[in-house]
Amino acid sequence: MDLLQLLISGLANGCVYGLIALGFVLIYKATEAVNFAQGDFMMLGAFLTLTFANSNELGLPFWLACILAVAVMAVVGYLVEALLIRRMFGESQIAIVILTISLGIVLRFLAGVIWGHEPQSLQSPLAGKEVRIGSLVLGFDDMTIIIVTLLLTLGLYLFFARTKIGLAMQAASQNQLAAYYMGIPVKRVHALVWALAGGVAAIAGILFAAKGTIDPSTGLLGIKASAAAIIGGFGSLPGALLGGLIIGLVEPLSSRYVAAGVSQIMPYLILLIVLIVRPHGLLSQVRAKKV
Amino acid sequence: MRIVFKTTYEADIRLFKHGAQGFWYALLLIVAIAAPFILGDFLTGEATNVLIWAICGMGLMLLVGQSGQASLGHAAFMAIGAYSCVLLESAGVPFILALPLGGIITGIAGGLFAMPVTRLHGIYLAIATLAVSVMMEDVIVLAEPLTGGVNGLMAADIEIFGINFNRYGNASGLYWLILAIAILIVLAYRNIQRSPLGRAFAAVRDSEISAQAMGINVARTKAMAFAISTFMTGIGGALMGHFAGVFNQETFNLVISINLLLMIVIGGLGTIHGAFLGAVVIGFLPQAIAFARDGLGHLFHFDSIAIPGLETGIFGTILILFILFEPLGIYGRWVKIRTYFELFPFARRDMFRRQKSYLKTERIR
Amino acid sequence: MSLLELKNVTLKFGGLTAVNDVSFAVEEGEVFALVGPNGAGKSTIFNMISRFYTPYSGDILFEGRSILGKAPHEIAGLGIARTFQNIELFEQASVLQNMLVGRYTHRRSNFLTELLFTPFVRREEHRHREAVEKAIDFLDLQPYREKLIAGLPYGVRKVVEMGRALAIQPKLLLLDEPASGLSVEETQDVAFWIEDIKKVMGITVLMVEHDMHLVSSVCDRVLALADGKKLALGTPREVQTDPRVVEAYLGSDTEEAA
Repeated sequence: MDLLQLLISGLANGCVYGLIALGFVLIYKATEAVNFAQGDFMMLGAFLTLTFANSNELGLPFWLACILAVAVMAVVGYLVEALLIRRMFGESQIAIVILTISLGIVLRFLAGVIWGHEPQSLQSPLAGKEVRIGSLVLGFDDMTIIIVTLLLTLGLYLFFARTKIGLAMQAASQNQLAAYYMGIPVKRVHALVWALAGGVAAIAGILFAAKGTIDPSTGLLGIKASAAAIIGGFGSLPGALLGGLIIGLVEPLSSRYVAAGVSQIMPYLILLIVLIVRPHGLLSQVRAKKV
Repeated sequence: MRIVFKTTYEADIRLFKHGAQGFWYALLLIVAIAAPFILGDFLTGEATNVLIWAICGMGLMLLVGQSGQASLGHAAFMAIGAYSCVLLESAGVPFILALPLGGIITGIAGGLFAMPVTRLHGIYLAIATLAVSVMMEDVIVLAEPLTGGVNGLMAADIEIFGINFNRYGNASGLYWLILAIAILIVLAYRNIQRSPLGRAFAAVRDSEISAQAMGINVARTKAMAFAISTFMTGIGGALMGHFAGVFNQETFNLVISINLLLMIVIGGLGTIHGAFLGAVVIGFLPQAIAFARDGLGHLFHFDSIAIPGLETGIFGTILILFILFEPLGIYGRWVKIRTYFELFPFARRDMFRRQKSYLKTERIR
Repeated sequence: MSLLELKNVTLKFGGLTAVNDVSFAVEEGEVFALVGPNGAGKSTIFNMISRFYTPYSGDILFEGRSILGKAPHEIAGLGIARTFQNIELFEQASVLQNMLVGRYTHRRSNFLTELLFTPFVRREEHRHREAVEKAIDFLDLQPYREKLIAGLPYGVRKVVEMGRALAIQPKLLLLDEPASGLSVEETQDVAFWIEDIKKVMGITVLMVEHDMHLVSSVCDRVLALADGKKLALGTPREVQTDPRVVEAYLGSDTEEAA
């Protein structure tokens, strides 16, 4: 029973990692760029919700605060693409990596200036509520995280697999020039994807803040999430969730059954093992080139 | 515009393209050697720091710029170099042997790490190396009996043939020592660039399939690039450990890994110049920001301490502007300026206009 | 003994049989062409000789010995050089550097001597350069020697790729569509070069080509393939007039009726 409790909270944590990883994968899938500021987008989303919802701040209804935060982060994502990333069109991938790492540094600095470096908590209507089944305690926050993540992943998966714009996004990443010729507005598609990734980051931020405190360095969670995205196979949406869940589960289990100090290493150890066995992740998205 | 008459094959093999180039580098060397007489102890120390960063940067540059493998985890290898060198010294090995040995140990570690991961490309390799950097911090803490854990290790003063190179007692001596090591690394780098191995690196970087058809063992070449790269970075790490005096896992954390990559991209990817120019930026920019902040604070009488992390914020902003306006790095900008003057007044504005390139997926290998 | 021999080679990709029980032998000193419609398995055969693919069954012999136990990077060392259908050059390097990479199989120095750039390495560099300059002179590439590949026109790249393969000084040269995308004049140059490669350099050539004019003017023997199967083998004239080949290219009446 104790183990089950551990697994549920691990799953919930894993879902948050998975959601941030989802942001990585969205952008990569559609634009081939890697956004190392994704974790910081999440942190911003969490702080925005906090500002909108907390009674000592704006005190808006919680649902409205969530919608506003998602909308603002979508705009932020859009603007980042339109103002920064678009200018890097045709530059090497590594230049974009450097750009987004630097952007992350600046975002963490700005968050520190606006919200300070003290940990703050979101006044969530979910906090503290729980269902008891025998000795098992199911927190509302954990359950919400798991359900929202599953729905969101499914929705995005269907979006890419079924809708015209989703397919256009994939096409634009495979070959930009060919996509242009096929009449796909590549630039607008890119901006839309960044907006989408911003929105997803905000949702991840809300769910993360619902469980604990946030401060500007929360953005560094993006590092662990990038590991999750790689484990799943960078470019695969279900893979991102899978990677997130693996990391979420491994952390508490290893700290319990191996040693507390080792649990920090375990996600990265698993990442390396996965990559050695499957160089492109569990759900590989890479195909062999034809010569 | 200088016209070089190439009359022998040697013209393409020798280190300097023409006499004047040799002259300029000789002059640069003289300035570098004379620097401590002009700079004073504090700035000489800062210059030493820049040289150490440049040594580490050349290691990473060889990997990223020459063999096309991105690493976000080179601080881990700096750590291996520093710990193995200092531990060897405390076991009684003199510095002059411990330093290269530390480098070799790091090189072997790098090669061993690379062997199973040579099938990784691009972002997969970058995050795998990032994972190594994160793990290294924890491993150092866990291996406390050896590494001293969070308390760290203390590096003894560097002593070669009875001469003491203390950072404070003999600042210029330490500077010259590290300058000499940096020059040796530059020579090694240049030698690799102009020999078959360097060409094999470029081949692996540009087309693995074609490199194989030319008889190049791709996995071994990539592992070799890793080994040589981490050898250089390990030497740099050992020097940084000595320069810091006391070091622990924080001295070689993920931020250092990331800064190292930022540094070589800002400097100009693929060139030795880039490693040095990037090191100057990374070494002096935080100082310059702090200096400017204090200066402005005095000027306008406001308390600048009120904004924590201001340096990092400005640092990040400058990096963003840099990469936006000069993706080829400082060295790329310098080449443009130099060409402008060489061709004066015939340089045209659009001579360096970026070739528009369309991205194709890297998910097809 | 033939220089290169394929014995009952079959390759399957999943359910698709790309090459079906193909056998042929390339004799030393000849120019041998593989022809056939797209998807006939020509490039797949090249990729099996390069060891990028491993045949499902059958054997490939070079100078009488099986090469199936070799890794892809060991093929060049045996004396087999190749070009690629879609040009696989090292984009961020100069023409000279690209061609010097072709000398990699002749490398006798190791990384330690190279790190120190010993006099031996220097002498080796001169030797490599001399060999490369011969290929440059042969292919008239002098104007492009120091140009970066990334800025070169398509036709020149094709020639550079051929030069890089020649720098290996191979016994067998595999040319994958050497004339595709070239102008009439450039194709004529290629025809002359292939003649000289055979007669002056004494290198055996195996090529894939669609341009039947080029094939009939330079090739000694031609193997026609369709759907991975061997159709006809003989002189260019024999193969071109073979009814099965005509059928494969133009489609048979029965097929149209169906």
